[in-house]
Amino acid sequence: MNNLLFIDPHAHMTSRTTDDYEAMRNAGVVALIEPAFWLGQPRTEPGTFKDYYSSLVGWERFRAGQFGIRHYCTIGLNSRESNNEPLAEQVMELLPLFAAKEGVVGIGEIGYDDQTAAEDKYFRLQLELARELELPVQIHTPHRDKKRGTSRSMDVCVEHGIDPGMVIIDHNNEETVKEVLERGFWAAFSIYPKTKMGNERMAQIVRQYGPDRIMVNSACDWGISQPLAVPMTAALMLERGIPVEHIRAVTYSNALAAFGQSGQIREEDWMNAMDVDQREKFNGNSILRGGQEPKVEKRNPNVIE
Amino acid sequence: MTTDFAIEPIKTLMRRWLRERLSPRGNEWLNGKLAQLAADPSDRNLFLAFGAVPRFVGKEPLSLTPHDLADADGLRKGWNPAAWTTDQAARVLLLLSVPHDHPEKYLRTLNGLFAAAEVNELTALYLSLPLLPHPELHRARASEGFRTNMNVVFNAIALDNPYPAEYLDEGAWNQMVLKTIFIGSPLHRIYGLDQRTNLSLARTLSDFAHERWAAGRPVPYELWRCIGPFIDEGFLPDVERVFDTGNETEQQAIALACSRSRNNAAYELLKRRRPDLAEKISNGEFTWEKLT
Repeated sequence: MNNLLFIDPHAHMTSRTTDDYEAMRNAGVVALIEPAFWLGQPRTEPGTFKDYYSSLVGWERFRAGQFGIRHYCTIGLNSRESNNEPLAEQVMELLPLFAAKEGVVGIGEIGYDDQTAAEDKYFRLQLELARELELPVQIHTPHRDKKRGTSRSMDVCVEHGIDPGMVIIDHNNEETVKEVLERGFWAAFSIYPKTKMGNERMAQIVRQYGPDRIMVNSACDWGISQPLAVPMTAALMLERGIPVEHIRAVTYSNALAAFGQSGQIREEDWMNAMDVDQREKFNGNSILRGGQEPKVEKRNPNVIE
Repeated sequence: MTTDFAIEPIKTLMRRWLRERLSPRGNEWLNGKLAQLAADPSDRNLFLAFGAVPRFVGKEPLSLTPHDLADADGLRKGWNPAAWTTDQAARVLLLLSVPHDHPEKYLRTLNGLFAAAEVNELTALYLSLPLLPHPELHRARASEGFRTNMNVVFNAIALDNPYPAEYLDEGAWNQMVLKTIFIGSPLHRIYGLDQRTNLSLARTLSDFAHERWAAGRPVPYELWRCIGPFIDEGFLPDVERVFDTGNETEQQAIALACSRSRNNAAYELLKRRRPDLAEKISNGEFTWEKLT
């Protein structure tokens, strides 16, 4: 599609299959960012957080590379699990172990869910960590009481002296985008079926506000979600007559510019490394199952060799 | 088969390699971190420096000369940093620069790094195995390492690394060799492969070849190298099969294997099936090195 390449700046790939990686790469996704989040039910031990963060910088990064996709992540304690304070205290001690690592492009996704006092406390502590490490912040805005929660998230960032240009406000909609852009923050939109945004609405937003500081993501996870949301939205925007340069901005370059401020994600990572990726993927060394060969061409879809 | 070595000369050598290759900023950063660790060798200082290495020293190949590699092998027999990069050398240097007089404490520090490591960090950690103090304490770590599903990490332990041949027991060693074949990594880059092959490994590898044949998949020809010394009547049907159905490379491999057998029947079979190869092998014209 017009040789467009895509970055999905919000995708929870630990919940997805290799088919998803393959489809994303075939659709032009070259890089993605996996924010640390919860797993659908609350964890009860700090060790499970440690292993989760470790898998984000380890196995999941490797797994994505097998499909020619560069995997980055943001590290943080999410708002929901901030409410278990004794646990949250221990998780906060883990964060510095991971936040400064290679390929960690920000602190995230953090922010508010129910907007409790505990959520507020750990949101602020993590903003301080982001400031100390000079990392971008990826902010999850609440599902409920969204508009006020979004405003409040930005107020707190400003209160802590964080430059709005270092903050990506996520899960926006028509009701929140205006204020986010006016205040100089990045506005991310999750094209997530039913609950967040649809891509017809997304095309309308880009038409109305233009492409500056707007980015699209899939937020795909363990729920009913669409890992191809970024390329699909690009295709729809093209059909709806949005200029290609605007599409490129909201599906690729803006994410690169925002998270690139970490110094941990660069276009050369995938532009120069594609040969290596292909070899890693296709020489059969990488997926450590004896005898698996690359599926270059499928002859009979029912045959499993 | 263990080797004694001194750590200080190894550090000096690596510092020289890095000094010649890093930018002024990279050198300044690394010297600063080494000084900081000398003054206050806390886990926090080590962990933060270890994580930040690539940002300051880059990830360029060391591109060592044959002379450099000979220096390395002279300081620690089998140490082969031919494929190492600047970040890997700097990380290993940091690991060798914290106090290790208390083995338990040193191990705890290493375990902390392993537990939170990303892919490149894990690779550097496993590359360091042959250089770490208290080598006898890292056996379980090495075995844990090759249970990985990440080929770069696996290869850091299994290939060009003298630690496994020196410290793994037969069961663990055999698992490592089998997995190397299984994932298609080059067997000839395993240090001490010929010295540590054994009957149990040969039997397992023969079973593996039969599984591959049953599945209609290729059998990696290097596998016959480990079987060679143990070829007896029991293995002869395998040998016949490769002479019957193998391509030229596979036939060359089985010929080399037969030439290493302690059993006369294997050599007789070789002479009968491929007299040309038998002659080339016996006069030293054809070797495993030539094949791989």
